[in-house]
Amino acid sequence: MARLISIVIGAAFVFVLAIALFGTAKTAITEPAAESAEHVFHLHPENIGLPSAGLFGKFDRQQVQRGFAVYKEVCAACHSLKYVAFRDLTKIGYTDAEVKAIANQWVIEQPSVNPDTGEATTRKNLPSDHFPSPFANEVAARAANNNALPPDLSLITKAREDGPNYVHALITGYRNQPAELLKEFPGAKTPPGLHYNPYFANLNIAMPPPLTADGQVTYSDGTKATKDQMARDVSAFLTWTAEPNLEARHAAGLAAVIFLVIFVFLTWGAYQNVWRGVEH
Amino acid sequence: MATVDDRLPPGEDPALLADDTFHDPRRRDFINIAAVSFAGVGALAIVLPLINQMNPSADVLALSTTEIDISKIEPGQAIKASFRKQPLFVRNLTPKEIAEADAVPVSSLRDPQTLEERTKAGKKNWLITLGVCTHLGCVPLGAGEGENRGPFGGYFCPCHGSAYDTAARIRQGPAPKNLVVPEYTFNSDTVVTVG
Amino acid sequence: MSFPWAKHYEPKQPLMRWVDEKLPLPRLVYNAIGAGYPVPRNLNYFWNFGVLAGAALVCQIVTGVVLAMHYAANGAVAFGSVESIMRDVNAGWFLRYAHANGASMFLAVVYIHIGRGLYYGSYKAPREMVWLLGVVIFLLMMATAFMGYVLPWGQMSFWGAQVITGFFSAIPLVGETIRIWLLGGFAPDNAALNRFFSLHYLLPFVTAGVIILHIWALHIPGSNNPTGVDVKGEQDTVPFHPYYTAKDGVGVAVFFLIFAALIFFSPNLLGHPDNYIEANPLSTPAHIVPEWYFLPFYAILKSFTADFILPAKLWGVLAMFGSILLLFFLPWIDSSPVRSANYRPTYRWFLVVLLLDILVLGYVGGAEATARNVIMGQIAAGYYFAHFLIILPLISASERPRPLPNSITEAVLAKHAGTSPAKTAMAG
Repeated sequence: MARLISIVIGAAFVFVLAIALFGTAKTAITEPAAESAEHVFHLHPENIGLPSAGLFGKFDRQQVQRGFAVYKEVCAACHSLKYVAFRDLTKIGYTDAEVKAIANQWVIEQPSVNPDTGEATTRKNLPSDHFPSPFANEVAARAANNNALPPDLSLITKAREDGPNYVHALITGYRNQPAELLKEFPGAKTPPGLHYNPYFANLNIAMPPPLTADGQVTYSDGTKATKDQMARDVSAFLTWTAEPNLEARHAAGLAAVIFLVIFVFLTWGAYQNVWRGVEH
Repeated sequence: MATVDDRLPPGEDPALLADDTFHDPRRRDFINIAAVSFAGVGALAIVLPLINQMNPSADVLALSTTEIDISKIEPGQAIKASFRKQPLFVRNLTPKEIAEADAVPVSSLRDPQTLEERTKAGKKNWLITLGVCTHLGCVPLGAGEGENRGPFGGYFCPCHGSAYDTAARIRQGPAPKNLVVPEYTFNSDTVVTVG
Repeated sequence: MSFPWAKHYEPKQPLMRWVDEKLPLPRLVYNAIGAGYPVPRNLNYFWNFGVLAGAALVCQIVTGVVLAMHYAANGAVAFGSVESIMRDVNAGWFLRYAHANGASMFLAVVYIHIGRGLYYGSYKAPREMVWLLGVVIFLLMMATAFMGYVLPWGQMSFWGAQVITGFFSAIPLVGETIRIWLLGGFAPDNAALNRFFSLHYLLPFVTAGVIILHIWALHIPGSNNPTGVDVKGEQDTVPFHPYYTAKDGVGVAVFFLIFAALIFFSPNLLGHPDNYIEANPLSTPAHIVPEWYFLPFYAILKSFTADFILPAKLWGVLAMFGSILLLFFLPWIDSSPVRSANYRPTYRWFLVVLLLDILVLGYVGGAEATARNVIMGQIAAGYYFAHFLIILPLISASERPRPLPNSITEAVLAKHAGTSPAKTAMAG
């Protein structure tokens, strides 16, 4: 009886699936899905091989500091970094005094309350503060950016597929819309106010090209600030902001794995030992 | 051999036991002990972060210093500031209060300390202490305008009646110690960094 | 109950004797996972996975309790509190990655454990209750895993909560009311987040309770074994301790090795980038997918695209829940008296097909809904139901099993016969 009911229910599900399958197949034949420009012209980012990549990757502190300079000079005007605090900069090689000076001289100030009047005001940043947002709220951010919202960058390299490479590819990837694209998809012309970028998911990004000229940022360590170099460096910096404990994680991981490999052999030995002579 | 056989688990092969190269009891025990010890060491290594996570996190530690502007405190007045989320009393002592504190014989105190020891050189009028009663942690009265300063003119804890004098030393009641003087430095005549 | 030859607990130390007299807990442990539990001597490594699932649950509870000390279940701060755990709390990144990947380890181990049960017929009499309780544990785990995934309040969390509570809106008449009741609002927000946190904390302890019943039910008939043949006598078993504690030790060590590799070297491998974007009720990510362990079920849900008497949405939800609930009836659907697939040549091949089928469903569950993928999913979903509900009852009646060994010991000795003449001589 149980088996009969089971077969009837099973047949019902299979039957409904067969109807669905028939419908899907029919639609696929009569109205084949059209290709889209996003699908054909989207590019995957090239690997830039940051030192932090790989199983035992470490940050190149000089590079991360240069990337911080790029963030500060280029990105910070629009993009917040709200999960990172000034004090965190000590982990990329700045001294406490340097961090204090960086916080103190940061252009955007920290929202605060006037201690005498209670009115909203701003004050200088302290090392314990998180990076202040350039806009008071989302409405203000959209209003200042042609209704586009500049995303927070703290986690951007983890919030995008292949993040570190993506950041580099995106900010160096601006170009004119290819003629073949317009020939194939006449409706896909980049709308005014947007910019063609094959690394962006839908090819048209609101952010104007942030890096426009070599030497846009002055590096204190003498590295030549080409556009490509600046893009790599800011990508390294944003890899650090997204995963500041990466080095500790890799170091702990190496110790844990070595320990556990030995442990596997020991338990294997103990197992052989206990079962010695017991056929199983 | 028969006695050994009796203790064998079912199926154990006596032929193997007779083979001495396979049967060094010390080596066999060693690997069992080593495996179990490794498990113990591993468990211990895991317990450490589980305990350490309850310590103050980096954002809490980052707030462990406070800068205080003392320029607006008149002699005889005190302010309550906040240091590590605890109340901090900053008091500008009058010459009379300083004299009262100095007049007390140190040997008669429960927690013997002079006012000099509790203030910075040349800044004897600036008494900076935590506002946490050393008995059980209530906030003593006396820093705010018009609050009860207790029988010794310093601070008075309403919870269990501990009274502190003008150097914030315990004089009466259950508290064992003087109000704690935190680490601090004068950045200038008007700004103090606590912590 | 136990086998008559099971060893009896005889505490040697006076303290243990005293405790055992007042509260026979040491005796309970001894009989459950100590030397007092006789276990078939021929268990292979697939029998490690029950213990591994227990280890995974312990890891999840320990890391979870600790994370709850730092997490804040409020839509305004939940995402930030997770980031503060990752950045500022001492060893917080380790605890959080361990908990997130621990869920994957737990589900992976449990899937293998279920697969073991399917292959070796562990769901059959007299172990039906063990199996039923196991399905209950699986359902509890799925609920816990889903609610846990909502807590970080990223984009996938939010839209996962939206979609999964949306299942209930497929119920005719009262569906929408139930959905709003579940969420405590019209969309996921603080009310939903808080109750998910509360239940996410509660359910693991309920799971632990059901696991105790699961093990209790197991100890009545005793463990199954790769031959599926009943234990005939003392020569067929060895005491759980030290034999299977030692063998499980190897499994536990390998489990932690893989777990550590995941935590320390690829902690986001199984996650989704969109969950590092804070929840935004006004914008759905381009491509929403559940965690990997739900993908096959998600594919079944997506495969029902045609209305037939009932709306397609309701069919999808019914089929998705049905695909799990049918496991409850498995002991009665499959009436073959032979347990182990080693002796069921036809069943064995269909089981291999089922495994591939579930992998296809997993792929389709995570892939874009192109015509090719949808058709693949529909065929695979069809096989899933056909396998359990049609093929199993038919082959269990028609299949001719291979001859079974007379006993576990006979099977073991036959296995070793070719490799070690000396041992065969001894056994002979």
